Amino acid sequence: MYPSDVKYTKEHEWARIQGKVATIGVTHFAQDSLGDVVFVDLPAKGAQLKQFAKFGEIESVKAVSDLFSPLAGRVVAVNEEAKANPELVNKDPYGKGWLIKVELADSAQAKGLLDSGAYQKLISQPK
Amino acid sequence: MPLFSLSNCTYTVCRTRMTQPPQNLKRTPLHATHIAAGARMVPFGGWDMPVQYPGGIISEVRAVRNSAGMFDVSHMGRVMFSGPGAEPFLSTVLSVDMSALTEGRSKYHLICNEKGGIIDDAIVYRLGPQRFLLVINAGNADVDLAWLQPRARARGDVHVEILTALTAMIAVQGPTAVQVMNQLSNGAASQIRRFGLGYETVAGIPCSLARTGYTGEDGFELMPPAERAAELWQALAREGVAMCGLGARDVLRLEAGLMLHGNDMTVENNPIEAGLERFVYVDGPGYVAARALRGIKAQGTPRVVVGFKMVQPGIPRHGMSIVSLPSPAPASGGHSPPGERGPSAVPSPSQGEGLGVGRRPAGGALVGVVTSGTHSPTLDAAIGMGYVDRRLSAPGSRFAIDVRGKLVEAEVVTMPFYSRKKT
Repeated sequence: MYPSDVKYTKEHEWARIQGKVATIGVTHFAQDSLGDVVFVDLPAKGAQLKQFAKFGEIESVKAVSDLFSPLAGRVVAVNEEAKANPELVNKDPYGKGWLIKVELADSAQAKGLLDSGAYQKLISQPK
Repeated sequence: MPLFSLSNCTYTVCRTRMTQPPQNLKRTPLHATHIAAGARMVPFGGWDMPVQYPGGIISEVRAVRNSAGMFDVSHMGRVMFSGPGAEPFLSTVLSVDMSALTEGRSKYHLICNEKGGIIDDAIVYRLGPQRFLLVINAGNADVDLAWLQPRARARGDVHVEILTALTAMIAVQGPTAVQVMNQLSNGAASQIRRFGLGYETVAGIPCSLARTGYTGEDGFELMPPAERAAELWQALAREGVAMCGLGARDVLRLEAGLMLHGNDMTVENNPIEAGLERFVYVDGPGYVAARALRGIKAQGTPRVVVGFKMVQPGIPRHGMSIVSLPSPAPASGGHSPPGERGPSAVPSPSQGEGLGVGRRPAGGALVGVVTSGTHSPTLDAAIGMGYVDRRLSAPGSRFAIDVRGKLVEAEVVTMPFYSRKKT
């Protein structure tokens, strides 16, 4: 549910970094809390994102939440399949349910993200 | 992504979570059953209710449309009116021709005040010459009783009995619902006609069964004694009926074009603008809202409820503004780009010039408000309901919905959006 090959944010996004490109999505905790996802609003290719800035919205039957980018960079891919079939975010949040791919402005930013253990600790704390 | 943070929670479910402390919530006889089934609970109308079960809202909607689903609706108010004055009394407060309501039949109607404002929508069932059951919305039970009880008491010949705590209510809905109910009642269920009421043994449990519902499917609303509710629920589950919560219920009723009081109409709305005239009979002897409703009907209303489908990506939600497009949009094919926000000095709907005649509102004008909206899994489209300037209410009319700052185009369609007959 919280793979160790990705980094996490406290806003419940994950980033899988491969060289200069990061794939970004929302975590199992996020999709479970939201319920059935029915709509994702994502930026266009070429958009420049700042770290932790809002890049879109994710909407379920009963709620809507902002999406915040774990890392700064330029959007190089958008998951059209997830836009067409938003239930992929629920079914496979770390795989087919990925949202955007970003070419990193500064790879060092990854150090500021949480690893799987730290993220799980965060979500298990009572609010 | 801040989950359920107050700034993001604009929908009914989340709003009630913010205003109700959990320890004051009432529980239905099925509360423990829902918890054991892993339901996610939310406050609704003063009750702690299941919004969904672990399979998710969309699978529950699909179960009701494809086979059968069941809902705990025990939180709804159930009130018995009896005695020689019951029928004349109800004629004064319900928008129903009580003399035409025969035994074992029901009528969906509105409870209006003397100004024609809608206090609640409800169903009344005739159980006998001097016995009537009224089923009202959970969130309005106190307000409805505050309106009805003093008026009944003043007559002296009407007995009012609140049955809510003594009974449970389970809605079984879907294309296989009647089949399942027949199985459990030795064929008695299908003898009850649509909108009829009977009293049968279901899975060995004595129940009232009403062939009514809120999903657009055939089915029943069962009223067992409270202490046997869990037993009945389990018997239904063994027949393969899916457990469904309020989240699915809200999607299903919207797909069926049914309104939710407190969401689509309040006491500030009248039946004419709410598009509910066909459920309003004003000629009952002494009917309290007759004068007001005749007046409103004669005057006409500047706005009226419409159903609409989104024609660009985006989901309409309660409270979103409806704005007019910059030029008369074609009814089909091509589309005009959504207009920019117009000047703030827009004529209010009550000052509308030439209702039904005259020019369309200028582009970017505020012409209405969304009252309900969702993504419909059945139609694979985003749909909604709202009040809009009558000049933009004909099917095919187009306008834009302000979806959190982005103008997204929509088109008026006739309701219901979904009906079993259409499939």
